[in-house]
Amino acid sequence: MDGSASSGIRATTALDPERLQDAVLELIRRTATELPPDVKEALHRARQQEEPGSRGELAMSLILRNLELAEGRGVPACQDTGTPLFYVHHPEGVSTRRMRQAIEEALRQATARQVLRPNAVDPVTGANSGVNVGTGFPPIHFEEWDEPSVRVDLMLKGGGCENVGAQYSLPSEPLQAGRDLEGVRKVVLDCVVRAEGKGCPPGVLGVCIGGDRSSGYEESKRQLLRPLDDRNPDPALAALEERILDEANRLEIGPLGFGGRSTLLGVKVGALHRLPASYFVTVSYMCWEYRRRTLLLRGDEPPVIR
Amino acid sequence: MIELRTPISLEAVRELRVGEMVSLSGLAVTARDAAHKYMVERLIERRQPLDEADARVHRELREVLRGGAVYHCGPIVRREGERWRFVSAGPTTSIREEVYQDRVIAHFGLRVVIGKGGMGPRTRRACQEHGCVYLHGLGGTGALTAEAVAEVLDVFKLEAFGPPEAFWKIRFEGFVGVVTMDAHGQSLHDQVAERAAQKLAALTGTS
Repeated sequence: MDGSASSGIRATTALDPERLQDAVLELIRRTATELPPDVKEALHRARQQEEPGSRGELAMSLILRNLELAEGRGVPACQDTGTPLFYVHHPEGVSTRRMRQAIEEALRQATARQVLRPNAVDPVTGANSGVNVGTGFPPIHFEEWDEPSVRVDLMLKGGGCENVGAQYSLPSEPLQAGRDLEGVRKVVLDCVVRAEGKGCPPGVLGVCIGGDRSSGYEESKRQLLRPLDDRNPDPALAALEERILDEANRLEIGPLGFGGRSTLLGVKVGALHRLPASYFVTVSYMCWEYRRRTLLLRGDEPPVIR
Repeated sequence: MIELRTPISLEAVRELRVGEMVSLSGLAVTARDAAHKYMVERLIERRQPLDEADARVHRELREVLRGGAVYHCGPIVRREGERWRFVSAGPTTSIREEVYQDRVIAHFGLRVVIGKGGMGPRTRRACQEHGCVYLHGLGGTGALTAEAVAEVLDVFKLEAFGPPEAFWKIRFEGFVGVVTMDAHGQSLHDQVAERAAQKLAALTGTS
C-alpha cells in the first residue's frame, strides 16, 4: 500500500460522516450562542472606554448582558444567525461531497432546534427553504492540507453587517484616493462612515487590497478569521491596521451609531496580487456579534471546539 | 427612562425628543421587507379589491397599529403546544423599509417605528407630519429582546412569508430603546453622520 492510500484510510476513519455531522451541529450551536473569548474581551474594553452614563455605555452594557443571557440559556445571541460560512481544511483523499452532505444535515438539525433561523431564501420565488440549505447555501470553502486532521472554521455573518460591505476601485476621484496604502486608508474610513449604525458597531473590518472583484471579497472575509489580538506579519499592513482602527474610533459613530468612542474593535488587512489595470479595495464589515468558532477533528480523539 | 404604553397618544409622542431612552410596553406587530411591501401594495394602494383573507389581516393590523408600534424584526420562534414563543428577536436594519414606511405610518396611525440603523428623510417627514417616533433598539441583542416579548398573541401571513418575515402580533413588557428620530423633524442619525463626515474630511484631507 502506498503512502497516499494509507493517509486516505486514516482520514476516512477520522471522518466518519455521522461523527462529522454531530461535531458540526455542536460547532453551530456554540457559534450561535457564545462569542469567542477575544471578542468578549474586546467588548468589555469597549464598554470601559465609553463615557459613564452615556448612550454608548448603555448600549455596551446591554450588549454584554445579552451575551450572558444567550450563553446561560443556550439561545442564539442574535436572531439573525446569518450566512453560515464554512472554511474546511482536510487531508488528502477525503470526499468533499460527503463532508458537504454532513454539514448540510447538521444545518437542517440546527434549524429544527431553533439554534439557527431559517435564512435560505429563493430569490426568484421568495420561498424560504426552511432548513438553511439551498442553491449555493451554505458557502463552503474546502482546502486540502498536509495534516491528517480536519479543521472546520465557521463564521455566522448577519445580514445587517453583510449589507454594508463595500468594494472600491482606485483611484477614487471624490475621495482623492490614489493607488497606494494612503488611498486604501481613505476608502476604508469612508466605508466605516457610510455603514454608520447599520452594521451594528463596534464592528470588525476584514479588508483585501488587490485581487479581482470576487477574490477580493473572499479574502476580505478570510481576514475576519484572524483573532482580534494577532499582529499582521507584514509590517506595512500592521501599521495600516492600527492607524485605521485608531482613526475610525475618532469618528464618534459609537456603539450602534448612538455616538461614542467605540466604532471598531479591530481591522484585519490582507493583500492579493492584482492586474496592472485594477486596484480593488474590498471591505467586509462584521458586527459586534462576531460569531466564529473552530472545530478540530483528530483521529479518534474527541472533537475540540475553540 | 421614559415609560410608554400602547395605545400612545399624539401628545405623549410629541413630548419625546431625540436621544431620550424609552421603555415600551403594550402591543406591537413585527413587519419587515415582505410585510411592508404587502402592506403598501396590497392593503394600502389596493389596485385590486381585498379578498376575505387580506381584509382580515387589514382589520387586525388596523386594530393593533392605531397608536401602536411596528417592529422591524425577523425573530427565531418556537412552537410550544398551542402557543408560540420568541427565542431570539432583536431589531433588523430599518433603512430597507424607507420606501414604504411613510405610507404605513399615515395609513395605520402608527406612533412608534422600532428597528435599528435609522431611516431616511421620507420617514422623518412622516414622523413629523403624523406624530410618530423612530425607536432604535439594541442591534444584535436577540436574546435580551426576546425577554421583553411577554406574549406572542397571533401571527398573520406565516405560510406565505415564512417565520422571519411574517406579521407577529406581540405584547412587549419593557422593550428598551433610544429615540433617534422624533416627531419634530430631528434625527440623531443625521447628527452623527454629519459629525463623522467632518472628522473623515479632516482625517483624509478632503475638506
